[in-house]
Order: sequence, then C-alpha cells, then structure tokens
Amino acid sequence: MAKMDSIEKEIIEDFELFDEWMEKYEYLIDLGKDLPKMDEDLKTDRNIVKGCQSRVWLHSSLEKDKVLFTADSDALITKGIVSLLVRALSGRTANEILNHPLGFIEKIGLKEHLSPNRANGLVSMVKKMKAYALIHAS
Amino acid sequence: MIESENIIDIRNDFPILNRKIHGKPLIYFDNAASNQKPMQVLDAITNYYANDYSNIHRGVHTLSQLGTTKYEEVRDKVKDFINASKREEIVFTKGTTDGLNLLANSLGKTFLKKGDQVLISTLEHHSNIVPWQMICEVTGASLQIIPISRAGEINVDAYIEMLNDKVKIVSINHISNTLGTINPIKKMIKLAHKKNIITVIDGAQAVAHKEVNMQDLDADFYVFSAHKLFGPTGVGVLYGKERYLEKIPPYQGGGDMINQVSFEKTSYNDLPYKFEAGTPNIAGVVGLGAAIDYVNEIGLKNIEEIESELLQYATEKLNALPFVNLFGTAKQKAAVISFIVKDAHPYDVGTLLDGMGIAVRTGHHCTQPLMDFYKIPGTIRASFAMYNSIEEIDRFIAGLIKVKSML
Repeated sequence: MAKMDSIEKEIIEDFELFDEWMEKYEYLIDLGKDLPKMDEDLKTDRNIVKGCQSRVWLHSSLEKDKVLFTADSDALITKGIVSLLVRALSGRTANEILNHPLGFIEKIGLKEHLSPNRANGLVSMVKKMKAYALIHAS
Repeated sequence: MIESENIIDIRNDFPILNRKIHGKPLIYFDNAASNQKPMQVLDAITNYYANDYSNIHRGVHTLSQLGTTKYEEVRDKVKDFINASKREEIVFTKGTTDGLNLLANSLGKTFLKKGDQVLISTLEHHSNIVPWQMICEVTGASLQIIPISRAGEINVDAYIEMLNDKVKIVSINHISNTLGTINPIKKMIKLAHKKNIITVIDGAQAVAHKEVNMQDLDADFYVFSAHKLFGPTGVGVLYGKERYLEKIPPYQGGGDMINQVSFEKTSYNDLPYKFEAGTPNIAGVVGLGAAIDYVNEIGLKNIEEIESELLQYATEKLNALPFVNLFGTAKQKAAVISFIVKDAHPYDVGTLLDGMGIAVRTGHHCTQPLMDFYKIPGTIRASFAMYNSIEEIDRFIAGLIKVKSML
C-alpha cells in the first residue's frame, strides 16, 4: 500500500502546481497526448467502458502477479483522466488494485469539475479496472 | 439591428445570467435543452406557494377555489397563446415527452392495427421515436422514416410518396432540436389530411421562438414543454382537436379524471380532465402562465427578430473558422447551430468552453438516428435565446479559437 500512496501523492503534487481551472485541463490534455498508443486490435466491444460521452477502452493483462493496464479514448481530456488511473493502478497485484481507495481523484479537484455524465464515466472506468483485477485474482 | 438597451432590459429579468462559472461570466448557449427563467416566473411560483397554495378542484374552501381559478385561468391563457378554439382542447401534461407518450398510447389503441404505418422523420428527438416504436410493437404497426437532405431538410417529395392508405399517423417536429431546421409542417399537415391521416406535431423547440397558431397550422395534436418556454420543468401542454380527444381513451387512471367509479365500471370525466389523472403540477402550471405573460410582453415577433440576427451573426463567424464544420444548413432555421471542430472530440470542446463559462451541449442531443445519418458520434450545439448578445457570440468564437489551439 505504501507504494500506492507515493504514486497518489505524486499525482496530487503535480496538480497542486495549477491554480487555474484551464491550466489543470491543459495538463490533462498533455497527459492524454502522452498516453502510449493502444493496439487497435484491443479496441473491442469487450474493452469498452460504458457510461462515458466519449469512447473509452481499457485492457488488462497479467504479468507474473502484476496486473498491467492499457487504455485509450477518442477524447483527449478523457484520455488524460484514464491515464491517471492507469498510472495509479497499473503494475500492482490484483488485491492491491481491489483495495485501492483512489482518494487522489477528489484531492486533485477533478470530481467537482466533472459533469455527472463525466463523473459516471470516471466511476465506470474504476469499476472496469477493479472488475479486471477480480478476474485476475481468481 | 438589435437595440442593446432592450437586450440589457431583458437580461435583467434573468438573475442566473449574472452568475459566474469558473470565475467567468456565464454565457448560456444551451437554450434548446432548456431556457432560463425570468424573475416574473420565479415570483409567480413563490407567491403561489407562499400565499395561495392548496390542492385544487372540488375543494369547498377558499384556497382550493382560488387555486382552481388560477390553474384554469392558465388553460385559457394557453388556449389564446396557441390560438386553439376551445379550452377543452388544452391538456396539461408533464412535458413534451409525456404528451407524446399519451398520444402514442391513446391514438395507438384507437387507430393502429397490424399492417398500419406511422410516419416520423429522420430529424426526430428520441421522445418522438421511442413511444411510437413501443406502440408499434404492441399493435403490429410499423414505423416509417421520412428521409432528409444533407442540409437537414425533410424531403417533401418522398413524404408525399409515403402517404399511402396504410399510414394512420404522421408525427414530426416543428423545429429540429439538433439542427434547428424549421419543418414545413403546415404543408405536411395539409398533405396528410387529404388522406385522412392524423397529424401530431412536437412543438418543443418552436413555442418560445415563433408564433404558433392552431387555426392556421390545423394540426390535430401539438405538444410542448413549459421549461423550453421560460417556465418551470415538469409541466407541458398537449393540444388536441376536441373530436379526437373525445374519441381516444385516457392514458392514466386516477383521481380527477373520473366521473363515477365503482368496482364494476368507471366512467370518465369530461375534457380536458379525462387526461389529467391525479393532483397536477399546480405551481408548474401557474409558472407556465407567468411565462406566457412574459413572452407576450416581449412579443414573439421581437424574439424572432433578435434570434434570427444572433443566428445569422454566429453562422457567419463560425463559417469563417477553417476548423469548424456546420451541420444543418436548412433555408428555414431557428437559432440552433450544430457543428464539429475538426480533429477534436465534442466532449473536449464542450468541457474547455465550460472552463471559459460558456455553456453549450455536446453529444447526440437525443437524436442518435440523425447522428447515424451524418455518420458522426455527436456535435457541439450552440442554441440562442433573446437574452443572448452579439458580444457573447464574439467571446464564444474567441473561446473556440483558444480551444482549437489547446487540442
């Protein structure tokens, strides 16, 4: 858990640099642009996250006991948000992922700026990642 | 040219327009989804609850009678507003969707059987698609879709060819919520009536923007919502010609809609109460009455003039941006503009505009079949009301240029 906290802390610190709403979103867009390209073959119906206005794909694989996530979206802001989740959760064991509280989302002031639509999308992304972890745990 | 002083006067009636969003003055361009409420409407609702409230109809006490009078006065107001011939033809509903569901159910039960057809257009909102699909499934009738042109105009020639003996109902919108197309409904109604086909008009996008006259249009049914007419949510109007309303069964059962109830047989109340089961949205109806007064005071002709100037200005400015593609270029248009920013997702554009205090809508606008027609997942939609200004459009255009540079 300690390792997780340090990643969350990092993300929170990154966002503390910005006072302005716009700067925060510029940063999210940059994160979105930087997210490694997802293999087109992985953009399947099975990997799609429901409940987002933009399309989001999430894929997981298991390497030894670690769950690895890749993600993509057709919207850049959404891509930035999913990249934060990938950063926080990828490379952890299934159990670590299942128990992760993801408190940073609220701390970086994203939740309040996201429309209910979007917030549902965020919730759906987390749900999907935890569902993948559950499959890998069993 | 719009007199800016008049616009300021109008703006002062809408307290929400003073709001800041993310520290920036609100620019509200989401009027096709719902428009904002003037103080006159808010005051009417507050006053009603504060001073006059009780349940209406059948009460012998003063407040009940007072409330009944207020409620029924609004029925007369609506009748005059749309120039219906009788107050019995005005039914209060929960809104446009509720009205369309009522019609699909009650008309469907009376007039639709296996093999019959219902015509709608490619431009329809989901609320004028799904209720008909549901009743078609029950009755064995089929839903036929009138095609449109690339510009977003109904193909009237195709429509004429589709009007065969199997068609029992035509249900189309007056103005498209996504593209702003003003449909030639008067002509379409006339063509349908020649074949004795019932006509239903979804007027949700029309009533706050242009004069609507039932005697002139001759629609058999016309439905709209108060919340798109500067009134409250949860209340709407169904206009229906008396002879049809008499003929079709009630949609919902309950209090107020009955004459005599016994466990063996219930007889229904007269028009319009037959269609108003349960305690209605009394305060909502009072608010609707104040909204109609407000619109009448400004005048729909003035509203139309202001909005058409806003539309023309915004269209020119958007067309001048090389990275913008407009959808819906009908000759007759209301103040609704749908567009995409090239190589950008509407969600990103909408989110960043929100950061600048600019409220637009993004997505499919409850018209997925129309999005399929254009082969796009969604658009950005800016829709104007008479309280919007040229300056706001300038800020919106500057905002779009900034957004494009960020994505």
